[in-house]
Amino acid sequence: MLDTKLLRILQDIVGPEHVSSAPADRICYSYDATQQQHQPDVVVYPADAGQVSRILQLANREGIPVYPRGAGSGFTGGSLPVRGGISLVLTRLNRILRIDQDNLVAEVEPGVVTAHLQEAVEAVGLFYPPDPASLKFSTIGGNVAECAGGPRCVKYGVTKDYVLGLEVVTPQGDIIRTGGETMKGVVGYDLTKLLVGSEGTLGVITRITLKLLPKPAAKKTMLVLFDSIDGAAQAVSAIIRGKIIPTTLEFMDATAIDCVRQNANLDLPEAARALLIIEVDGDAEMLEKQSSRILDIVTPLGVVATQVAVTAEESEAIWRVRRSVSPSLRRVNPDKYNEDICVPRSRLPDMIRAIEAIARRLEIPIVNFGHAGDGNIHVNIMVNRALPGQEEKAEEAIRDIFAETIRLGGTMSGEHGVGVTKAPYLPMELDPAAVLYMKAIKRALDPNNILNPGKIFPEEPGRAVNEA
Amino acid sequence: MSQHKELEAYREQMRQCVKCGTCRAHCPVFAELGKEAAVARGKVSLAQALLDGDIDMDRRLVADISRCLACGRCVKECPNLVPTDAIVLAARRQIVRRKGLSWFGRGVSTVLRRPRLMQWLARLGSAMSFLAFRRVPRGSGLRLRFPAPFIDPERTLPAPAKRPFRSRHPELLPGTPGKPTVAFFTGCMINHVYPEIGEAVLACLRALGFTVVIPKGQGCCGLPALCAGDGATAAQLADRNLAALSRPAPDFIVTACASCHSGLTQYFAELGPEHEGLAEKVLDIHTLLVEQGLAERLEKLPRRETCRTVTYHIPCHLRQPRWVKAPQQLLAALPGVHFVPMPNADACCGLGGTFSVYHYDTSRQIGARKAAGIQASGADLVATACPGCIVQLQDSLNHAGLPQQAVHVLELVAEALPGLTAPSPGARG
Repeated sequence: MLDTKLLRILQDIVGPEHVSSAPADRICYSYDATQQQHQPDVVVYPADAGQVSRILQLANREGIPVYPRGAGSGFTGGSLPVRGGISLVLTRLNRILRIDQDNLVAEVEPGVVTAHLQEAVEAVGLFYPPDPASLKFSTIGGNVAECAGGPRCVKYGVTKDYVLGLEVVTPQGDIIRTGGETMKGVVGYDLTKLLVGSEGTLGVITRITLKLLPKPAAKKTMLVLFDSIDGAAQAVSAIIRGKIIPTTLEFMDATAIDCVRQNANLDLPEAARALLIIEVDGDAEMLEKQSSRILDIVTPLGVVATQVAVTAEESEAIWRVRRSVSPSLRRVNPDKYNEDICVPRSRLPDMIRAIEAIARRLEIPIVNFGHAGDGNIHVNIMVNRALPGQEEKAEEAIRDIFAETIRLGGTMSGEHGVGVTKAPYLPMELDPAAVLYMKAIKRALDPNNILNPGKIFPEEPGRAVNEA
Repeated sequence: MSQHKELEAYREQMRQCVKCGTCRAHCPVFAELGKEAAVARGKVSLAQALLDGDIDMDRRLVADISRCLACGRCVKECPNLVPTDAIVLAARRQIVRRKGLSWFGRGVSTVLRRPRLMQWLARLGSAMSFLAFRRVPRGSGLRLRFPAPFIDPERTLPAPAKRPFRSRHPELLPGTPGKPTVAFFTGCMINHVYPEIGEAVLACLRALGFTVVIPKGQGCCGLPALCAGDGATAAQLADRNLAALSRPAPDFIVTACASCHSGLTQYFAELGPEHEGLAEKVLDIHTLLVEQGLAERLEKLPRRETCRTVTYHIPCHLRQPRWVKAPQQLLAALPGVHFVPMPNADACCGLGGTFSVYHYDTSRQIGARKAAGIQASGADLVATACPGCIVQLQDSLNHAGLPQQAVHVLELVAEALPGLTAPSPGARG
């Protein structure tokens, strides 16, 4: 617990109504989507960079851990206060400061909900493409800190491709600017890229300059059912080889299709063992040509059925197939371990086959779906933790899946980050020198290890996590 | 006596909340307050802590648990369908059992349990209204002249009726032989505040030739008591209504109040098989009217030359696919109505029973968004299917300084009924 003197200083900084050490708030800021719970000592809601700066100065002086937090919807524990201290809730910094139609940039505060930003820019005919599944509630600050992705990334890239500049409060409380609002800029180190995806360990982001695009005029959605995962994977490669980059190339394997088949009003024939949801966007005339070319390319690859949406409702019905996977998973088993591995897209069938083999060997269901276009697979290991041995099996499956992912030239996280849940596996992917290089950066910038301690780096024997 | 489930019974469902955060996009209270304790996954965590003895039942916890409209939006959007509304209500019952009812809750229960007292109070309110209230300038409704317990001085209210609806009519109104018998469950609001809605219900049912029973033994549906955490009163009222509505057994039971509808169906069906049987007979009147072909008959009437522009607010408790369409079909079919949709038609009005008493500021903020939506629709009238929503919508419109009025769908339908009996070229064609 923080003593009353420190609490009073925090109250002076942000106002008494924006500091709470009440048990109710400590409970309500103890979790994120990883289902782990760690209570902070105090929850603080700053309103601007100046307040964040003073909070960090205090924390740095007193050695109090600070855990920046947006919506608390991360899958790897990025915002979990694993060592108590301050939960720094940034949702009051929620202004869209500027949408610049001449320079195609937006300047926003980190607490803006991603969907709200998208609505605002789309209202003036612009487009912010990254679309993590959580976009209706996750914040842009959290998206930047974790470098969020989403289905549209095949064509448009991920969050880091849209961050031009940042205002950041350093662990010592200095307020710095990185990057700018120009497309080009090579003066000094690219700190912006370093901070995007740094999971709140190097600084607290208080302002973000984002690149925008013109909003595509139209889009077209297709559902293609295949008789095998190989057909679907070959289709992905064939489309890309055909010099078409669709907006999205989502896939579901047989396990995922089985999950949603029971849902009413979904027509998925038994012969379908994999499916792709392909969406293209752009000018309406071009879309016709693109979609018919895509269908020509994929048809010889074991297609069972295709549906091309003409109306928005039909497009919505296709997306409902994909969205009903997650809610249906509980029918398989009550508890889910959700990994987001990413392999070169040509290795997708190998990876799926490897996962199927692991599932068979360990006798636990594993449901796969995700972003085939960029090789990003959401692997859902479904267990019942109430049964003995299931948790261990899940952990064994994760380790085996990561090993295979890395063997195939992939990475164990495409978009969720490392946080606490993947920290133990970090050495599987990064060589020791690379980890030391990263730790050296962390130590140089945050010598007292106050910012999001306990994340990314695995715990070493005899040493606390990420004490570099 | 029947009893609702204990909080303990929800343990497994609470475990199914994986804290994904989806509820943050859908909770109207969280949209205003922005703090985790206000959102569903926060409340589930607090209820869990309460159950496990990890948190004291202090004022703060009681306030957090009271900050829920029971609108059910989080449940509908939850990937795991965690019943946060039911969990919150169970937590409130647990709190009340341990700490007793609040002053306000005690007042509510006393009145709800005693229909004669309620009637007496309503009459007193009606008779004294010229003393106690003043008219809202440029709006519809009344505002208290003096401070009163539990009613925010800013809140605008409708005047209680001079004579309650149920005392105006006999218990049995015979219809055309061979037609079904329908029991009309009026609820307190229609009985004491909006008898004109009750008259509209009667007119519609009688136009279809139904025999109508208005059981004398019926009382409050019990939802206000349930929302206040008073499980005992809620269950007692439910049992009383069960008796009143079962003898003689009607073919259907209709409600014209979304809250009563959910009270009789969703919230009380769990009390036992008899309650469940009753719930199966309960129909929202709009759905019954549409099923009986009223919308088609209204559509055939000649359109009026001047139409009022009307939009529809979807009450939280009539948002399910089975009930949501009928009121809008009726509105769209009316000869004197130009029906327009409104933005966020299904957003909660912000009343939430006791919520608006304990948290009037938040309730008003939620209502302000609603008023903006009504204005954006361009409608002259906002129609809805719940008297509670009407009170709140009118209050929100009054505060926004908007001229629009909130009405019940059936009031508009009743206006068009005479056209159905009078011969008209449109009706023949």
